[in-house]
Amino acid sequence: MSETDSIIFDTAQRIFEDLSTAEVINAAEDGQWPDELWQAIEEAGLALTWIPEVNGGVGASLMDGFAVIKAAGAAALPVPLAESLLAGWLLAKAGLEVGTDPMTIVLPEQAGDLVWNGERLSGTVSAVPHARSVRRLVVVVNGEGGQVLVVDPAQTRIESKRNLAGEPWDTVTFDGVEPLEQARLPADTDLDRARAAAALMRCVQAAGALGTALELTIQYAMERVQFGRPIAKFQALQHSVAAFAGEVAAINAAADAAAEAMARNNAVDGEAWIEIAAAKTRLEEAVNEGAAVAHQVHGAMGFTYEHRLHHLTRRLWAWRDEYGSDVYWSRILGQEVLNWGADQLWPRITAVSDPR
Amino acid sequence: MSASRFRFPHVEMPEVAVQLRAEVREFLAEERASGGFVPMADCWASAMSPEYSRKVGQRGWLGMTWDKQYGGHGRSFLERYVVTEEMLAAGAPVMAHWIADRQSGPQIIKNAQPHVRDQIIPRIVAGDCFCAIGMSEPNTGSDLASVSTKAEKVEGGWRVNGTKLWSTGAHGCDYMITLLRTAPPDAKARHEGLSQFIIDLKSPGVQIRGIADIGGQVHFNETQFEDVFVPDDYVLGEVGQGWQMVVGELALERSGPERFLSSFIVLQEAMRVLVTNPSDKTREVLGQLVAKIKTLRRMSLGIAGLLEEGSSPEMEAALVKDVATRFEREMLEKLRSILPAHILAASNGLLPTLLREGILRVPSSTLRGGTNEVLKGMIARQLGMR
Ligand SMILES: Cc1cc2nc3c(=O)[nH]c(=O)nc-3n(C[C@H](O)[C@H](O)[C@H](O)COP(=O)(O)OP(=O)(O)OC[C@H]3O[C@@H](n4cnc5c(N)ncnc54)[C@H](O)[C@@H]3O)c2cc1C
Repeated sequence: MSETDSIIFDTAQRIFEDLSTAEVINAAEDGQWPDELWQAIEEAGLALTWIPEVNGGVGASLMDGFAVIKAAGAAALPVPLAESLLAGWLLAKAGLEVGTDPMTIVLPEQAGDLVWNGERLSGTVSAVPHARSVRRLVVVVNGEGGQVLVVDPAQTRIESKRNLAGEPWDTVTFDGVEPLEQARLPADTDLDRARAAAALMRCVQAAGALGTALELTIQYAMERVQFGRPIAKFQALQHSVAAFAGEVAAINAAADAAAEAMARNNAVDGEAWIEIAAAKTRLEEAVNEGAAVAHQVHGAMGFTYEHRLHHLTRRLWAWRDEYGSDVYWSRILGQEVLNWGADQLWPRITAVSDPR
Repeated sequence: MSASRFRFPHVEMPEVAVQLRAEVREFLAEERASGGFVPMADCWASAMSPEYSRKVGQRGWLGMTWDKQYGGHGRSFLERYVVTEEMLAAGAPVMAHWIADRQSGPQIIKNAQPHVRDQIIPRIVAGDCFCAIGMSEPNTGSDLASVSTKAEKVEGGWRVNGTKLWSTGAHGCDYMITLLRTAPPDAKARHEGLSQFIIDLKSPGVQIRGIADIGGQVHFNETQFEDVFVPDDYVLGEVGQGWQMVVGELALERSGPERFLSSFIVLQEAMRVLVTNPSDKTREVLGQLVAKIKTLRRMSLGIAGLLEEGSSPEMEAALVKDVATRFEREMLEKLRSILPAHILAASNGLLPTLLREGILRVPSSTLRGGTNEVLKGMIARQLGMR
């Protein structure tokens, strides 16, 4: 999982730096698909990171893919790369073909939101990321285990909506749609687990985004001069930025732990489930505290649309709630902890570092 | 994976550490069952039991990482981590040996005269010799370079005069590793003129007076030195190098599991009550607390792993201490918010006692070993803001 070994990570970072600029991100919010950016992503094979080489993918490790997702978050990438990776991962799991065109995931909050009768799909799902811009919708429904359905978005009704960050978060209605392809997921994956993987994807993106917000904050504090010196010299600000750094460190540790747990068996197994619940729970405070400090240090300038800070903070505020908020996941984790009971609490905590 | 400036790698314990963990758990269960100890909140700073520490020493669990040639056990940092975290999680009375095992021993091995080292280290390893830290003074807290307790050169050694304050456990200790002024203060070179000494607390002229904390318990002390003679060979390292030594010593102790597990036992005991008819609020709080503990353990253990590899992640260690010590307060406050009223109101019983002790100890966790304000200043410096 070392980033230095990962060519794919370096490539991703270079592309994002060059092509995910403030102008591109703003234009995307205005509805302009960043063609050049996606083309570079496609050419570099980034969307195929998680696809085995036999299926035409890059066959990088799951951890390399998570590193790309973290870099995407750090760059506030305005295209569904993380979603495409997860969609591709689901397709590969179900033994289906994956392409390089943009995809997104359709993971209904309630299993009952979608009805799949074995031939046709009906129902409405809201908050589908980038539905209007992708070529394929990768839908997960339950029924004899998890099923993956690939749907042509042209066959659906898409209502354009946005999340807090202005990202396209559309409502998609399926009126008895026949999927392009369909396959059963292996026993280790169903709708709940796919949603958990999506929650993890948001944690990893957020860990990256919060890291960038911290760097911008430090940089701004060193440049902005008031009372004759850089504001970085004021102890009050030093202390809030130090606390912010602690939050960045914590969410990176939590997200890495969860990503590694999922990578271990290439599935959201019982252990990964707990780690994801912990990371998504931990994310709220990191975002809440971190974004507050970032804005406080940036003063009024950081409150403007022109300044790029909001590319990060608005995404952070949106992502912490997606695929289960901290309230949702803390209850799940809390119930697991109750199931362990007092005497198994500590052994369960230490089991994470046991050799396997 | 980490496009981040902070690194907390996953640590996988070696097989031998797993075996060791099982042994420690068995030991703790037996001790607790046989009345060898009653669990305590903030146990590493409030539960002193020389008998217990001797048993730990007999098991080979003190001085674990120290070289065998000096009397240590030559084991890994990760094995030591296992022993310390297990004892903390159980609320075991580890205070007597804690400081000697964590920081004084390594300091002595590195900097003491060989014959002094050989006289002290094997006794620490046996759980038979305990150490205190003498840094703070009445007029010296965060600004450690301002110490004024003096050591003056005399024939064959040094004459010490002054007062050290807040010396944890000194009333039960054999030695104090003491930071003293050996040259007059120089405003231009504030970190010079300081030296570290090993002072035998049984020496004539040493007076130790216990200080009651807010709970009325005596865990720390005022230690007065009146013309105390310290032989030359009890100077640690070079005269005048005290500051560098102290800085290294403080870095060593920053990110250990005691920064977030000192009252873990309160959570464990609270669980026995909370499992009955849990509300959603209870689930949320337990989920939040366990999420944080898991994250902190990942961070703290990650640093132990980096130390094992020979790197010294100072920034990460400072971050862990800041985040972890703030969590200690949060944990007790959140537990309070979900425990039934009869537990909060009760004046006896294990859980009510642990909770009270924990709450009364909590203000110290963001003070001792350098306050969180000072720590944040160091983090800011590492971030380039100072
Ligand atoms: C339970 C306990 C055990 C201890 N055990 C030991 C021991 O064994 N040996 C030992 O030597 N010492 C020990 N100490 C002392 C401890 O190291 C000091 O309490 C600590 O270094 C702070 O010093 P102080 O209490 O004098 O507070 P002060 O330094 O007077 O600080 C008071 C407040 O001012 C803040 N402050 C000070 N300077 C700054 C600054 N530059 N910027 C911003 N804020 C600042 C502090 O953060 C704090 O909030 C112990 C303390 C406690 C509570």
